[in-house]
Amino acid sequence: MIDKDTTFLGYRRENGRVGVRNHVIVLPVDDISNAAAEAVANNIKGTMALPHPYGRLQFGADLELHFRTLIGTGSNPNVAAVVVIGIEPQWTKLIVDGIAQTGKPVQGFSIEGNGDHETIMRASRAARELVQWATEKQRETCAIGELWVSTKCGESDTTSGCGANPTVGNAFDKLYGAGATLVFGETSELTGGEHLVAERCTTPQVREKFMNIFNRYQEMINRHKTSDLSDSQPTKGNIAGGLTTIEEKALGNIQKIGKQCRVDGVLDKAETPTGPGLWFMDSSSAAAEMVTLCAASGYVVHFFPTGQGNVVGNPILPVIKICANPKTVRTMGEHIDVDTSGLLQREINMDGAGDLLLQCMLRTANGRLTAAEALGHREFVLTRLYESA
Amino acid sequence: MIHFVVHEEGDSVGTVVVEGVKSGDSLSGWIMEQDRVVEMRTASDIPIGHKIALKQLQPGDTVMKYGVDIGKVVAPITPGEHLHVHNVKTKRW
Repeated sequence: MIDKDTTFLGYRRENGRVGVRNHVIVLPVDDISNAAAEAVANNIKGTMALPHPYGRLQFGADLELHFRTLIGTGSNPNVAAVVVIGIEPQWTKLIVDGIAQTGKPVQGFSIEGNGDHETIMRASRAARELVQWATEKQRETCAIGELWVSTKCGESDTTSGCGANPTVGNAFDKLYGAGATLVFGETSELTGGEHLVAERCTTPQVREKFMNIFNRYQEMINRHKTSDLSDSQPTKGNIAGGLTTIEEKALGNIQKIGKQCRVDGVLDKAETPTGPGLWFMDSSSAAAEMVTLCAASGYVVHFFPTGQGNVVGNPILPVIKICANPKTVRTMGEHIDVDTSGLLQREINMDGAGDLLLQCMLRTANGRLTAAEALGHREFVLTRLYESA
Repeated sequence: MIHFVVHEEGDSVGTVVVEGVKSGDSLSGWIMEQDRVVEMRTASDIPIGHKIALKQLQPGDTVMKYGVDIGKVVAPITPGEHLHVHNVKTKRW
């Protein structure tokens, strides 16, 4: 299905990275700038606001993650240009300067001393110019090795582990061989299978870094838990779908990294990888948080296997849903991009299922909207580490 | 028709992959890793996606799936019975 010579049509950005979408985004720095950002996106067609609830009185590592996520989102090659709006000029400039390092057009506006009306007017003028500039960009032929693909599963059930997740694993094995840049994460949802991930790390240093992150997350859970966590992990949806324990869920989860991929490196949340291969990112297992972090790390296509039917999307990252549960495919078909339920009846094999996903991936990369995009799923959810100052 | 799948030979459980399985039904199961088909009679109604016990299990026993430990038995389970949160718990957290 794919090899090193496989190509797709992407947008080459100023820094050489390749995107598969051409968004112009209006990015609020903080919660109270959402209204202005949404007003600009409403004024200027073809732009998109990314409202979120945070950005005030955060500090330390939590603030650094906030900045890294916003800068990473603006820097993502699926984004052609950015308008940044914040309440005050200093943090606004910090986000603008971070995104500007990619070389892409970015302009910042702050509200204090101007008010919403004046800010919206100025930012709308900039947004109009940027969207007209961006819409002249053309797709060009790009090598498969330039594609960055992330994965995270959600509303898993037992069919995830025997159908949808190994389909992603098969596709990841093929993409890994073709030189793509890949990532998985969901630190807590490796519980019970962490030894299998550790065995796949390429060096003792990578293994140690992975285990340190895994153990830190376990300590955090032990510190805050009020029960055995069986009300949260597995989720009610997981249990309804037949998953009994976190160990069972984790073993299904790990199927996503295939059989041949090795774990080449470990990333902090929203950190950008420095080379091709498979990366593990320390991350929440909550769908929208994890997908938002993948987008902020620079990934441009996402594989999202589901069993019971998670409907998540992302504003800038096309999310491809894969499902092997015939009941979910029947009852929630509008959300599913790749139906691999034939696997469980031996109508298709794993190699064929992986190819079905890769075909869908290439069509998505070339411009076809995913189900989540067509349905308007734009969940942009920032990860918080602790309370505000 | 495949009614349930088993990841590996030796696993304690299979996963039902069709809707409407009732107690007393005769089911065909596919062991994926070894590509072998087995037969099993159910001792409970089992919803799609839920697990069927393939062997007798006692409290304290370890449940194996994917050839790996997925938790401990907390109530006796007979072959063909529905295996889930009422008779199996995590060993973590």
